[in-house]
Amino acid sequence: MDMKRDYYEDVQLFTSPVVIFWFSALIGALYLFPLFAGNYYVYVANYIAINIIVAAGLNLLVGYTGQISLGHAGFFAIGAYGTIILMIKAGFPFLLALPCAAFIAACFGFLLGLPALRLEGPYLAIATLGFGLTITQIIGRIEFFGGREGLHAPDITIGPWVLDTDKEFYYLLITLTILLLFFMRNLIKTRAGRAFIAIRDADIAAQTMGVNILYYKTLAFAVSAFYAGIAGGLFAFVLKFIEPEIFTLMMSIMFLAMVVVGGLGSMMGPIVGATLLCWLDLKLRNILDIPYVGEWLEQLSRHWFSITGVSNIQYIVFGSIMIAIVLFEPLGLYGIWIRTKKYWRTWPF
Amino acid sequence: MIDLIQMIVNGIAVGSSYALMGLAMVIIYKTSEVPNFAQGEMALISSFFAMMLLTSFNISVYPAFFLTFVFAVLLGVFLEFAILRRAKEPNVLGMIVITIGIEMVLLGFVSWKFGAEQKTMPFPIGPYDSFIIGDIFISKLEVLTLVAALLLMSVLYLFFKYSKLGLAMKATQQNSVAAQIVGIRTNRILMMTWGISSLVGAVAGLLISPTIMHPFMMWDPMLKGFAAAVMGGMTSLPGVVIAAYMLGIIENLFGGYVSIEFKTVVAFAIIVLVLCIKPSGLFARHYVKKV
Repeated sequence: MDMKRDYYEDVQLFTSPVVIFWFSALIGALYLFPLFAGNYYVYVANYIAINIIVAAGLNLLVGYTGQISLGHAGFFAIGAYGTIILMIKAGFPFLLALPCAAFIAACFGFLLGLPALRLEGPYLAIATLGFGLTITQIIGRIEFFGGREGLHAPDITIGPWVLDTDKEFYYLLITLTILLLFFMRNLIKTRAGRAFIAIRDADIAAQTMGVNILYYKTLAFAVSAFYAGIAGGLFAFVLKFIEPEIFTLMMSIMFLAMVVVGGLGSMMGPIVGATLLCWLDLKLRNILDIPYVGEWLEQLSRHWFSITGVSNIQYIVFGSIMIAIVLFEPLGLYGIWIRTKKYWRTWPF
Repeated sequence: MIDLIQMIVNGIAVGSSYALMGLAMVIIYKTSEVPNFAQGEMALISSFFAMMLLTSFNISVYPAFFLTFVFAVLLGVFLEFAILRRAKEPNVLGMIVITIGIEMVLLGFVSWKFGAEQKTMPFPIGPYDSFIIGDIFISKLEVLTLVAALLLMSVLYLFFKYSKLGLAMKATQQNSVAAQIVGIRTNRILMMTWGISSLVGAVAGLLISPTIMHPFMMWDPMLKGFAAAVMGGMTSLPGVVIAAYMLGIIENLFGGYVSIEFKTVVAFAIIVLVLCIKPSGLFARHYVKKV
C-alpha cells in the first residue's frame, strides 16, 4: 500500500496534491483563527502550541532515540529564565535572546547527554529527574534570577511592532511552532534521524554499522533541550510572569505523558497528545463548571469526598489515561488513528 | 564537635526513612525489573487509611495498624494483578509510565478524599518526644524508624537468601522462563513481591506521617529513596540502606557546613555524579548488558 520505491519518496514533504491542499487549509485556518476566536481561546491556543514544541522535542529523545527524560521541566526553566534574564539584564532583543537561551539549554542537554551514554532504564530516569529538580531549585535560590519572587516578562518588540496582546503573540508563536515542526520532520529523514532510530532499535548493532553513539546520543539530548528551551522562552511571555514553583516534577511528567499518550516515534503523536492533555488540563481545573458531570461530582464530593480537593480529580484522569494508553494501545492515539485508517482503507474485507 | 555528631545523628535519622522507601523499591525491582514510581503514593494511601481508621472509626492503635498493613498488602497485590500484569509489551519506559500513572491516580484520590491541607496523625509517639544523650537530641520516632529500617533490612536479606519464597523471587528475576519450568508460579511470586513491597512502604509512610501529613508528603522520601536505591545498585538490600544513610548524612552535613539552601538538591547532584563514575551504582556487581 505505502511502498517506497526510491529515496526521494521517503524524504518528500508532500506525497500528493491532496495533502498539499489540506495542509495549506490547516495553515490558513491557524492564521485566521484569532480573527474569529475570543481572547481566552487564543490564550489556550498559545498554551497548547508551546506544549507541542516541548512534546515534539521530547519525542525526538524518547520516541526516536529511545532515551528517557524526566527532567525536561529543567530545560524549560532554563529557556524561560534565560530569555528573560538576557532581555532584562543584558538588553538583548527578543529574537536574539530566545535562541541564545535555547542554546544554553542545549548546552545543558549536551552535558546531561554525557552520563546518559552509560546509563539506561531506571538509572537514566533518576539522573534526568535529579537534573530537573536540581536546576529549578538552584534557579529559585539565586537572587540574580529573581529568587522566590520570580520575574516579570518585559514587552516584546520586533522591529516596529510591539507584541503585547495574546493575539499578536499568537502569530509569532504559531510561525515558530510550524517552523520547528518542519525542522524536526526533516531532521528525522536525514542521516542524523536514521542514526537516532538505529540507536533506539539496537544500539550495539548501530555502533557496529558505524553510527557514532557518543555524537548522536548527545546530539539528541541537545536538540531536545533546545526545543524545550525555545518553548520555555515563549512560555514566559504567555504567563507574563515566571517563578520557580511553576517548573515542577509534575511538569516533566506531563511532558512525558503528552508524548506517550500521543504516540511515541511519530510526528503527529506529540501534537495530538499535547493538544489533548493541555485542553483537559485547562478544562479540569474548573471541573465543577462542566455541565451535568460537574453537579454530579459536587454531590459526590460532598457526600463521600472533600469539596476542597475536587480539583485533584485531574490527577486521576491523567493517571488513568496514561495507564490505559500503555496497557491497551502502546503506540498511543497515533496508533489508534493508523489502525482506523487501515481498517477503512480495506473496509469491506 | 557536638554539632557534627548531632548532624550525623540527624542524617542517620532522615536516612532511615529514605532507606525504608528504597528497600520497598528494591524489592520490586529485584523481582520484576519495574522501577516503581508509585511506591510513595502506595505508602501515602496506606497511612491515610490508618488515619481514617484512627480518627473516623475510633479503632485503637494496634488493631488499626494491623488493618493498615493488611490493606497495604492487598493494595500491592491488587495493583500487580489488575494493572502491571496486563501490560502487553513491557519495556522500561512503559513500566515507568504505568507506575507514574498509578501514582497520579492514587495521589488524586487521596487529595480528593482528604483535601490538600495538613493533617495530624494520632500516632502513639509524638514527633517531639525525644531522648537526650549528653548534648545530642534524638526523637523517639527517629529511633523507631532506624530500628524498623535495620530490622526490615535484615529480615528481608535473610528472607531473600534462605527462604524458599525468597529464592523463588530471585529465580523469577534472573530467568522467568526457567523459573516457570522448574515449577515456580511467577505470576503469584510477582503478586507477593508487590504485597511485601507495599507493606514495607506502608511502614515508612506510618513512620513519616506523625511529622508531616499531606498528599505530597511522600514525594521527597520516595525520590530520595529511589535515588538511594539507584546509588546502591537497585538490587542490593544492604546497598540501598548504606546508600540511604550516606545520602542522609551528606545532606545534613552539606546543610550544616556549606549551604542550608541547597540541602534538598545535593542528594540528586551526588546521584548524577555517582552514576557518571559507576553507572550501575556503588554496590552492584558490574552490570553486563545482554545483546
